[in-house]
Amino acid sequence: MTRSQEGPHAGRLDGARPVPAFEITVDGRPVPAAPGQTIGAVLHAAGVVSWRTTRVGGRPRGLFCGIGICFDCLVTVNGTPSLRACQTEALPGDRVTTG
Amino acid sequence: MPGSGHEGPGTRDLAIVGAGPAGMAAAVAASRAGLDVVLVDAQARLGGQYFRHAPPGLRAGHPGTPQRGFGRFTRLAEALTGVDVRLGHRVWAVEKAVEKNAERNTAGNAGKAAGNDPGNEADQNPGKDAAAGFIVHCLAGTRDERRVTLRARRLLIATGAHDRPLPFPGWDLPGVLTAGGAQALLKGDLVPAGRTVVVAGTGPFLLPVAAGLAEAGARVAGVFEANGGAGLAPALAVRPGKLAEGAGYLWRLARRRVPYAVRHAVVEAHGGDRLTHVTVARLGRDWTPGARRTIACDALAVGYGFVPQIELATQLGCATEAGGDGEQVVVVDAGMRTSVPGVYAAGEPTGVGGADLAEAEGWIAGRAVAADLGRPVRPAPALSRRRDRLAAFGRAMQDAYPVRDGWKGWLRGDTLVCRCEEVPYARVREALALGATDARSVKLLARPGMGWCQGRVCGYAVARLAGETSPPPRRPVAHPVRLGDLAGLPDRADETQGTANDPAGEEAR
Ligand SMILES: Cc1cc2nc3c(=O)[nH]c(=O)nc-3n(C[C@H](O)[C@H](O)[C@H](O)COP(=O)(O)OP(=O)(O)OC[C@H]3O[C@@H](n4cnc5c(N)ncnc54)[C@H](O)[C@@H]3O)c2cc1C
Ligand code: FES
Repeated sequence: MTRSQEGPHAGRLDGARPVPAFEITVDGRPVPAAPGQTIGAVLHAAGVVSWRTTRVGGRPRGLFCGIGICFDCLVTVNGTPSLRACQTEALPGDRVTTG
Repeated sequence: MPGSGHEGPGTRDLAIVGAGPAGMAAAVAASRAGLDVVLVDAQARLGGQYFRHAPPGLRAGHPGTPQRGFGRFTRLAEALTGVDVRLGHRVWAVEKAVEKNAERNTAGNAGKAAGNDPGNEADQNPGKDAAAGFIVHCLAGTRDERRVTLRARRLLIATGAHDRPLPFPGWDLPGVLTAGGAQALLKGDLVPAGRTVVVAGTGPFLLPVAAGLAEAGARVAGVFEANGGAGLAPALAVRPGKLAEGAGYLWRLARRRVPYAVRHAVVEAHGGDRLTHVTVARLGRDWTPGARRTIACDALAVGYGFVPQIELATQLGCATEAGGDGEQVVVVDAGMRTSVPGVYAAGEPTGVGGADLAEAEGWIAGRAVAADLGRPVRPAPALSRRRDRLAAFGRAMQDAYPVRDGWKGWLRGDTLVCRCEEVPYARVREALALGATDARSVKLLARPGMGWCQGRVCGYAVARLAGETSPPPRRPVAHPVRLGDLAGLPDRADETQGTANDPAGEEAR
């Protein structure tokens, strides 16, 4: 089984050989992505498990339901706020900002 | 009258919302019978939850493992050739095409609504005939949304289900995912939820989730089933083959030395800004927690069953009833017809029973719509018998995996019940002490369920804390919508804005 991903990942890609892979950035840091993956999956695989904080308690949030119903995973991409990371496909050059 | 003679040019015979096993099967059946079908799904790919698969760009190394049923999926997908498939379309509202809308939206369509009283809103008017058809309001695309309005003479709701979580201290830490969420991440993106994962909750679904993760290379540090499995006999009497399937999963877990325990639950998740470990407790008969231990992990996949997604049906006034697991389900007849003429429901919205049942219901619904529109359709008694048997199995499984009241003992005052509005259990308790006797008044007093997810995540827990089973959802918009989109909706903009509260307001800010 080929592992195309190594390093500080929360999870590895399961037996996949993504071709061609590309990069997106998270707060300026490059992160590998594969065509068709969601931004949420790309971040999670890179070990980034939260990318926003809540309004009241300032608690960190990332993926929870994985299918677009919980809105925990809201993310800012290329300056557009409030996109659901689990429903938004990563595109080459995407800039994700957390905070 | 068969055919679509008096319909406007853009009006299809059938619009199907949801392209999972139910919606796909229905689309194939209806289009084979000669209907003009549009199949709509919010996701980027066909298949719904069960048939979820990795994008071709990922070139999955071993599609067999996480992608069960792929052959069945491919056959269905290939049979969709005559169907207008609209992926990436979220349906946020459906309504009856009453005369008012027909006039304003499609010139030449007005005449068909003659049978309806134009003064009545569609959803207050369930008894009227379906001649005028339905309007399906969609938002297409994820980054740049555009409004798409579809029209059809008949509507099938095949919107599936979502996970049913229970709150516990720390359940909002990053790294805690729903069981279905972890499964979707693995099947759709080939990303295991973590390096060391604990799987917990109740129901047969925990087994494929754990097996999938273990086989994808994650270390599964334990599977904790809150029920004992004692009530399984009636279910297995209906589908004995399922015993072998369950045993197969247990064997796959044992082979990878994954510990499996019944009558145990994760009662607390720990960590600073992400999950580092969980507390697992032995459960008493009522799920009262007993002896505890902690397990280190960076991910938890937890789920206590599923909630049928029925808000589109309730928007139209379809009758619902409490299913065996306490969740509201859409009432249907043997042809999957709801109480509202012209509206059908198939799959999880009629009661959670899994992919086989969903697919059987889809076939039945597609054929019933065709027959109701005057197409020749031969009766298929074997299909109905299959559906009945699978539905009986689904109900028996729900009985075997109930949620016992002891989970309330896991909560502390500061445990968030509502993650969106950050409502702690203490505030829910206050509302109950102030005299709230149902979920609705708890919601008004303490505001759980008033945020972005519209109570999908906490609705079950809030209802149970209020001593109820889940009430039918009241969501005039099924998805948060920008105010501009609501303003563009001719008739019901006021009503929708008035009740959409945070989700609509938030995005406009
Ligand atoms: C997250 C999750 C993961 C699951 N994974 C598995 C699994 O791996 N194996 C298994 O056996 N069972 C799984 N299940 C159980 C699942 O419910 C059934 O197996 C089966 O998929 C049900 O089929 P269905 O056709 O009724 O609904 P689904 O397969 O859920 O399909 C419903 C479809 O409707 C779409 N939809 C819903 N609302 C809208 C809307 N408003 N607008 C547009 N589209 C909409 C959804 O995007 C979805 O694609 C999972 C359930 C969940 C919630
Ligand atoms: S994880 Fe729930 S909406 Fe994205």
